[in-house]
Amino acid sequence: MSKLFDYRTCPTTGLRVDRAAEKLIKANAVAAVVFLAIGGFFGLTVALTRWPAVHFLPADWFYLALTAHGFDVLLVWIIFFEMAVLYFASAILLNSRLAGPKWAWAGFALMLSGALITNVVVLQGQSSVMFTSYVPMMAEPPFYLGIILFAVGALIGCGVFFGTLVIAKREKTYEGSIPLVTFGALTAAIIAVFTIASGAIILIPTFLWSIGLVGHIDPLVYKTIWWAMGHSSQQINVAAHVAVWYAIAAMVFGAKPLSEKVSRMAFLMYILFLQLASAHHMLVEPGISSEWKIFNTSYAMYLAVLGSMVHGMTVPGSIEAAQRARGLTKGMFEWLRKAPWGNPAFAGMFMSLVFFGFIGGISGVVMGTEQINLIMHNTLYVPGHFHGTVVAGTTLAFMAITYILVPLIFRRELVMKKVARWQPYVFGIGVAGISIFMMGAGTLGVARRHWDMTFADAVLPFDYPSAAYLMMGLNGIFAIMAALGGVMYVVVVVGSVFFGKKLAEDEKPEYPEVPPESAAVSHYGSAETLKIPGTAFLVGIFFVAFVLYYFVNWKYLSEIWPLS
Amino acid sequence: MAITPPSERIWWRQPIAKIELIWIVVAFLWGLTMFFMMIYWHGAGEQNLSNEAYKIKPQRFAEHAQKMIDEYQVGEEAGFPVVHPPPGSDVYLIARLWQWWPILELEKDQSYRLHMSSMDWQHGFSLQPININVQVHPGYDMVVTVKPDKAGEFGVVCNEFCGIGHHTMVGKIYVVE
Repeated sequence: MSKLFDYRTCPTTGLRVDRAAEKLIKANAVAAVVFLAIGGFFGLTVALTRWPAVHFLPADWFYLALTAHGFDVLLVWIIFFEMAVLYFASAILLNSRLAGPKWAWAGFALMLSGALITNVVVLQGQSSVMFTSYVPMMAEPPFYLGIILFAVGALIGCGVFFGTLVIAKREKTYEGSIPLVTFGALTAAIIAVFTIASGAIILIPTFLWSIGLVGHIDPLVYKTIWWAMGHSSQQINVAAHVAVWYAIAAMVFGAKPLSEKVSRMAFLMYILFLQLASAHHMLVEPGISSEWKIFNTSYAMYLAVLGSMVHGMTVPGSIEAAQRARGLTKGMFEWLRKAPWGNPAFAGMFMSLVFFGFIGGISGVVMGTEQINLIMHNTLYVPGHFHGTVVAGTTLAFMAITYILVPLIFRRELVMKKVARWQPYVFGIGVAGISIFMMGAGTLGVARRHWDMTFADAVLPFDYPSAAYLMMGLNGIFAIMAALGGVMYVVVVVGSVFFGKKLAEDEKPEYPEVPPESAAVSHYGSAETLKIPGTAFLVGIFFVAFVLYYFVNWKYLSEIWPLS
Repeated sequence: MAITPPSERIWWRQPIAKIELIWIVVAFLWGLTMFFMMIYWHGAGEQNLSNEAYKIKPQRFAEHAQKMIDEYQVGEEAGFPVVHPPPGSDVYLIARLWQWWPILELEKDQSYRLHMSSMDWQHGFSLQPININVQVHPGYDMVVTVKPDKAGEFGVVCNEFCGIGHHTMVGKIYVVE
């Protein structure tokens, strides 16, 4: 028996849109963008401080800003947006009502209050402990409390998502299996539960320690479990943004997965193996066996990396197949040349795909190699890597889908379309620059989380090579570009949400373009004749770059002092 | 489409395109290569962490270090003792707010058992410009056998955030012929 619920019918997709879900998507998306703006601002001040010629903030403010930057963008922006993605991928895509909207609102309220508490306590200045808050360095108790509340709220959101899947199945709102995008969101939600559980296991005792009820937290244990949250939460992002790639490919091109089986298996690899990534942070810690490091850091023989490499082919492959089916068959790359580069949803998504693979992905695997980590651990190479994954990958993908969600969910036309058109390029190239130059500086030894690379106040002098200064200057310039892209995004989104032309109930927005049904490709059974030479070529380039870069770093490693 | 349920209900029975299969096999084999590369390096490579470590009270570690300093101090620089321990010996490096203590003088192409531990918060041992980076924890004595193969003056930067004076935490290691 299907229960009555308040819905409207989407003129683009014909799906019923649960108004309760719609409101929750809006609230979570708006909160996400607000914290992106705050966290992004802090990020800019950090980059300007690390630009030696500018050296913007004093030391105490720098460490404060860096703590706030990490918390606001790495956790708050991304998890809020993921809640929106979860509700969209469940209630909307499955044509269903949302399970327990009241619970979802309670979760939202917890997340919001947690985020505010931690932000306030960080701004008060006594909790500049970095986002990682490694013990025995201690923050004020509300710092941990805020994160715990935020996590509990997110856990409730995951529960609502699972509940919605159950309801949709029971009420038969869809036929057969859940869509691939929902499957990806399910992957993200399952990883999120593991992540949040790990967070609870370590942050609750740490909170009790900060108020004096627990005597000692072992720093090594803390780090191992904290990163089971810290790194796994980035794997939520990976699962979510890969789902977003598939969603955008479907909405812009009508692209159909090359093979449901392969894409779902790749997501399954994430569920099974991504959680082992805590080890990436434990490779140069005392007293951990090499067997443990090798097994965990490689996600059990790189099976999760295999998942990402598969998505890296199937997403562009499905686009190529869709474009070719539409007649763009000339040469290897007509399908890509004639792709809608002026559509910010596509441009953002495609850059996210490329940057995530080439910059974030390759560097992550290389840095996560047990021995190679020795020449990278805690240098700027680390933030270089994860700005490639989390910002150029996840954030750019989330920005891209916003351009589709605003008209679909907020029922407003985008304002300032010219700005929107350029936004992914400005932001994407800015972030790619940040990542590359930080990795370059890290290769030259520059420490992360460090206020003064000139060591002007140190008793014993030390100088980094001058190339490192050049890298940090370029990093600053590209950070300004990325910040500009961030501002463009916020302006377009906020402007559209509040001032965009209202779409009539039955009016179809410009995006998604919703290609004709005939464009849907790779009808099953055509597997033997599938032709995606362009994608194969791109994947080949990726593979060669990967192999070369991997072995070049072994070469670098072999040049340092012998250690045993 | 990826946003709708699969059009074939029994999607798991559909064949996989050859090009996808090839890529899966290549990527899988590459993963195995990278996996075994780490194991191979433990045998064939010269840069591996021993993972030898002991639990130790900070005070006890400081006593070991002080004993070494008392026995082998050869000079002083900016208030830091300069210590020249014999090759092959146990060498102690204290990490504390905000110093690497003492300054070590090592001989080229000789091995030393380098012990590192923190007196307070976590620190990051970052030997520059060679770029060797190891995490230093309080309560754990990490032992790494090092064999400097280049003479010169090396900086020890702290690359784990350790409070407001973090950026002033610089130490020194000399390697002499």
